[in-house]
Amino acid sequence: MPTLDATIEEILNLAAEHFHVPRESLQPGDDFFQKLGINSLQALGLLTRLEQHFGIELPDYELQGVSDFRTLAERIQSRL
Amino acid sequence: MLDLRQYNCLGEALRAGLARWPGETCLIESDRDREKARLTYRQFREAALPLARALQEAGFQKDSRAAILMTNQSKWLISAYAVFYSGGVLVPLDYKLPFAEQLQLLAHSRAEVLIVEYHIWRALAQSEGFGERKPRLVLVTEAPVGAALEGARRWEEFRGNRHPIFVPRRREDPACIVYSSGTGGRPKGCVLTHENYLEQCRALTALFPFAPGMRYLSILPTNHAIDFMVGFIGPFTCGATVVHLRTLRPEYIRDAFRKYKISYMTVVPMLLKILERGLRERFAELPRGRRQMLGALISMNRLVTRRRPRLKMSRALLRQVHEGFGGELRALFVGGAFTEASTLQFFYDLGIPVGNGYGCTEAGTVITLNDFKPFRADTVGRPLPGVEVRIADPDAEGVGEVAVRGKTVMSHYLDDPEMTAETIVDGWLMTGDLGRLDAKGHLQLLGRKKNMIVTEEGKNIYPEDIEAVFEGLAAKEFCVFAANYLWPALTMIGEQLVLVVHPEGGGALSEEVAADIAERNRRLLNYKRISGYLVWDRDFPRTASMKIKRMELAEQIRQAASRDQMVTL
Repeated sequence: MPTLDATIEEILNLAAEHFHVPRESLQPGDDFFQKLGINSLQALGLLTRLEQHFGIELPDYELQGVSDFRTLAERIQSRL
Repeated sequence: MLDLRQYNCLGEALRAGLARWPGETCLIESDRDREKARLTYRQFREAALPLARALQEAGFQKDSRAAILMTNQSKWLISAYAVFYSGGVLVPLDYKLPFAEQLQLLAHSRAEVLIVEYHIWRALAQSEGFGERKPRLVLVTEAPVGAALEGARRWEEFRGNRHPIFVPRRREDPACIVYSSGTGGRPKGCVLTHENYLEQCRALTALFPFAPGMRYLSILPTNHAIDFMVGFIGPFTCGATVVHLRTLRPEYIRDAFRKYKISYMTVVPMLLKILERGLRERFAELPRGRRQMLGALISMNRLVTRRRPRLKMSRALLRQVHEGFGGELRALFVGGAFTEASTLQFFYDLGIPVGNGYGCTEAGTVITLNDFKPFRADTVGRPLPGVEVRIADPDAEGVGEVAVRGKTVMSHYLDDPEMTAETIVDGWLMTGDLGRLDAKGHLQLLGRKKNMIVTEEGKNIYPEDIEAVFEGLAAKEFCVFAANYLWPALTMIGEQLVLVVHPEGGGALSEEVAADIAERNRRLLNYKRISGYLVWDRDFPRTASMKIKRMELAEQIRQAASRDQMVTL
């Protein structure tokens, strides 16, 4: 199983690619709604992308109350 | 369809529906593409009555309040029926709210029972203050085997053995307490009566009837008054089926249309736009010849549906488009916020009528609705049967505040006589929205009288609520307004927020402060951001207790400054 840091790194790479922003502009503690200027449906789109990448299923409610990449990574890590 | 005039409360009407169509499917619950549950009306009743009995044995009785905090799913509706059966009052809470706000509303409602999904409960139970605020009975659905529930009970095991007692209510008794969003620290608990719901349902199903075999795809939160009506009470009093998806991802919504042959769905404007964009992209990718053919078919469809929708004809003309929506779609409804005319026209031209309407929780959801006779994209339709709309204090162009009267208007705001008196004046609900009625009785909305905006996701934003992020700004004083409130623009599209800032020592704003405003703005969620700021060099009018007199300040700004003086961010 990858480490949490490795999972964070992968999420940041995928988010940058998915929303067409430079990778270096994203940090683990960033609020992705604010940083990427996205709404909740667009965040669900990212969740689908992450599911495909990690080969896991993430119910919509895993985004409930989550707005930063690090917490999202922790939720994913617990399902790997 | 039941004749709802015969019933006095939701419990009675639902009970009659369950008895009338025992073999019809009332609920389908799908988790993505996996169907998890399919219940007939008989099975629904069999699931709900033991819960009602257990609630009654636990002391739940007439007028007891039960809050539900769940995503859209079968247990939401089963629980609601058990509450109504027992004569209780339902408090549907928004599962999307931050946990602290959920706790605040839970306490405000004084619910003695909370029915909650496991993952929400887990977060709530860890929130500060849950211990003091939690209701005396908490029922948790779908808790994993072995999960420690710390005094809460498992919903699935909370069952009574004997038949419950049906507790009737009167039409004027409260059925639900529904919190309208964007509370600004002051909860607005709309007390809606059984009469409000029965009359609203009667009016809506007269225009858009449900029948056995018809399927409603429920994706707007059921706690919202719209889905509660068209995704529960409407279909259940007509023998139709409600489909729950347990995900909001557009790809599964698209699949569900085809798999379940959906008849109706309600969306927020944002989702309608996503659907529109997807279709436009697909059309643009077609080879030139096919694209031209599609254009010709759309033009033909526009012609044949000029006076009214003709579903069979549209489905034949634009077969592939309709198959993508399952082939049995009768109409989409859009609610929660204002929708652009071009989007409505796009779908209508494809033979998919979008029921564009206008409403608010205080008016029991829908006030006006487009009846497609003929379709008009430029209005929000005519008042529902039994609902009176008038324009208060109209100007020379007939524009004034939209006021509503009728059997669907709420009783009052819970524990807030002051706000109730401001909102319901001489029996008329003052909506705070500006509009005018045309010669055909259609309502056109033209902005807001109140200081707020509504996003495409249907979120109400009160400018006062976002001032906290500018606390500590190196300025003498500041205040946030809706731009349309300061300078009425006769539109409800592209609403903006503006920060009015009075620099220290008057005069111009320093570069540092301007940069600080931009930086703080970035900390806000994108839909809460201000679009610009206005520099104001006079002292704000204040009350004796030093609160800003917002209306007076707005009036001064309206007189002395124009929208183009706003510095855009």
